[in-house]
Amino acid sequence: MALPNKPLGETKAVKDPEVEEREVDILIVGGGMAACGAAFEIKKWAPEDAKILLVDKAALERSGAVAQGLSAINTYIGENSPDDYVRMVRNDLMGIVREDLIFDLGTHVDDTVYLFEEWGLPIWKESEEGKNLDGKKGQKMGTLKSGAKPVRTGKWQIMINGESYKRIVAEAAKLALGEENILERVFIVELLTDASVENQIAGAVGFSVRENKVYVIKAKTMMIACGGAVNIYQPRSIDEGKGRAWYPVWNAGSTYYLGMRAGAELSMMENRFTPSRFKDGYGPVGAWFLLFKAKALNGLGENYVASDAAKAELEKYAPYGTAAITPTCLRNHLMLFEMKEGRGPIMMDTVTALAELGKTLDKRELKHLESEAWEDFLDMTCGQANLWCATNTEPEKKNSEVMPTEPYLLGSHSGCCGFWVSGPNYDWVPDAYKWGDGDKVYNRMTTVKGLFTAGDGVGCSGHKFSSGSHAEGRIAAKSMVQYYRDHKDFAPALSQSAQELVDIVYQPVRNYLENYEYTTAQNINPNYIKPYGMTARLMKATNEYGGGTATYYMTTSKNLEIIMELLEVMREDCEKLAAGDLHELMRCWEVKHRIWTVESHLRHIQYRKETRYPGFYYQADYPGQDDENWFCFVNSKFDPKAGTWDVFKKDYVKIIPD
Amino acid sequence: MPSFVISEKCDGCKGGDKTACMYICPNDLMVLDPNSMKAYNQEPDQCWECFSCVKICPTQAIEVRGYTDFVPLGSSIMPMLGTEDVMWTCKFRNGTIKRFKFPIRTTPEGAANAYKDLKGNDLDSPLLATEEADGKELPKPIATV
Repeated sequence: MALPNKPLGETKAVKDPEVEEREVDILIVGGGMAACGAAFEIKKWAPEDAKILLVDKAALERSGAVAQGLSAINTYIGENSPDDYVRMVRNDLMGIVREDLIFDLGTHVDDTVYLFEEWGLPIWKESEEGKNLDGKKGQKMGTLKSGAKPVRTGKWQIMINGESYKRIVAEAAKLALGEENILERVFIVELLTDASVENQIAGAVGFSVRENKVYVIKAKTMMIACGGAVNIYQPRSIDEGKGRAWYPVWNAGSTYYLGMRAGAELSMMENRFTPSRFKDGYGPVGAWFLLFKAKALNGLGENYVASDAAKAELEKYAPYGTAAITPTCLRNHLMLFEMKEGRGPIMMDTVTALAELGKTLDKRELKHLESEAWEDFLDMTCGQANLWCATNTEPEKKNSEVMPTEPYLLGSHSGCCGFWVSGPNYDWVPDAYKWGDGDKVYNRMTTVKGLFTAGDGVGCSGHKFSSGSHAEGRIAAKSMVQYYRDHKDFAPALSQSAQELVDIVYQPVRNYLENYEYTTAQNINPNYIKPYGMTARLMKATNEYGGGTATYYMTTSKNLEIIMELLEVMREDCEKLAAGDLHELMRCWEVKHRIWTVESHLRHIQYRKETRYPGFYYQADYPGQDDENWFCFVNSKFDPKAGTWDVFKKDYVKIIPD
Repeated sequence: MPSFVISEKCDGCKGGDKTACMYICPNDLMVLDPNSMKAYNQEPDQCWECFSCVKICPTQAIEVRGYTDFVPLGSSIMPMLGTEDVMWTCKFRNGTIKRFKFPIRTTPEGAANAYKDLKGNDLDSPLLATEEADGKELPKPIATV
């Protein structure tokens, strides 16, 4: 249910907020694609009397990574097999993935794409003559479900007119779950485990960013799906441009923080994503490479990826580097090699690509092609279109620079960090990959009982993208209902009182109110730190020591030691974060979530003594891949009671043959 | 490219209980100045330029200007969101204007089929509700190691 917005300007925070205690059966934390998938699916399985609640930090209509829209659905199996989908993901992520999770997703994702189309998402179709029809004109070809051919830009991607993608998906989610079961503008900041049942989730605590109110919510089972982590490393733009993050700037690593602090095991947190995108605007390059067949040139005008030197470099990373599709990290690696050797900048040759395509097209078709190129930006990265306008860039006349961005952490795109979750209960899934409670197996459950995740939260299975995240939310929703059915008598009990929880959540407000009068300028005060400053401190440290853009993504054992000390002090100083209003309170908790997320990332990098993903990061003391010792997952667990970390190896099991 | 609000055009959504830009901003950036009763972007360096506020504003009072870090002045891109299409007007610094129209949805707003009456039968099967209704058979790996 949407809360009314009170015309108060910045809503000032007060010392003692109102407290609302709720008890539900199933809680969904998040509002993006995965959470909307869960919202759509869950009531189809839950009994009528089950109490279900979804809590979103923003407004469901435009929250999450798809808020702005998308120009493609990157996972649609169609004529391919889930087996080949596993092979593609495995190769892109340098061999170490959870094949059970990926295969499982591949069997469900098309059903979700069919729903999107039925709900009204325009999907491009191929005409009988093999021409591209947009999602409106293409309707005459029928639906994907009825056998119509989508427009493929690669083996797995299909083109859409996706400006309203999230609005459409959110509409179905709201209708299915009921608006009365949705709380918007409430930010969940900590999860709570049960007071008596060991390792069992019992609830969550958060606050409204619209009114001074803390929510304490008990639940028998829950899902966390709050996206990946952005603005954890110094972005290439340091002022207003910080907002132009490649992934949504509001993704604060909350998924990882929430689960990790409840004791859930993380996996492959060392795997990060540093996408190569159009410089500064971060517009997508996929359609340019795949649909328009453009080439990237180095500063000398050479198609460097086709050079003998590049081929030799890729051979070092066989079989991944020599596969038909070069893994994303290695494509970055080749680009960085050119830049470091003084052969930058890297330019996308849009001029030649469009001229080549123009040779076979008439004037009307050419106009349509130009429109497609602009829509690619306008559907999902409007700012890139404006950058082209501001720099008088018409792609048929002027090339644009491409560059790898700052690092991001996520589990749904071309990265695979997240939680170690149970796979589906099939006989071909290894025993080590499935668990639950007693003899029951709960698909997508973390190692904490009753705690599920999906999308960016599930580790070791990247390349889900928007459609896969939605499908995974649906999978997790059904599992949660199973869990609820099997634990109907469980009465969650919290070990802390509501007042103790309020004290934790509103600590930054108290810090502010107790100290702000001491100085004449509220942002400079020796007794507290504002979230803006803390975020800057985090990003400076990660950039310099944690393999940011400053060092071309290179770190070393010694650098990692230094940043670990810095992070420890940051965690201490987080106790002194200060918030004068509710928006600032949100920022306080976000930076805390970011700091812990980064710490898990760097602990994993520190533990894995090899460079598994050259192009994403380099551990200079351990260059190259070491299959003999490190062809395994790296998992970690934070013990919330002892306050200690444990990082360890977990066996990789190959399921799908080459 | 932070959003900005044109003073003359913003009417604070006429004091309604829900101002459009505050309601929609995914990053909680838009707020109302209680004195002027007009909206503003309270944290421009956290604006993702998603255009959600621009598209939803009932008086077309919100636009964006490029991030000062790297975007020269003088350009603008402006969407007009209809029920079936979005119309974009892209104005270059040199005065060139391009207009594009793209479909946004093929069904009336509010008409998404949420399958509200669909109830699954076998909670222990791996099938999702619509898959079960379709009688889908889930594939198994063609071969395993």
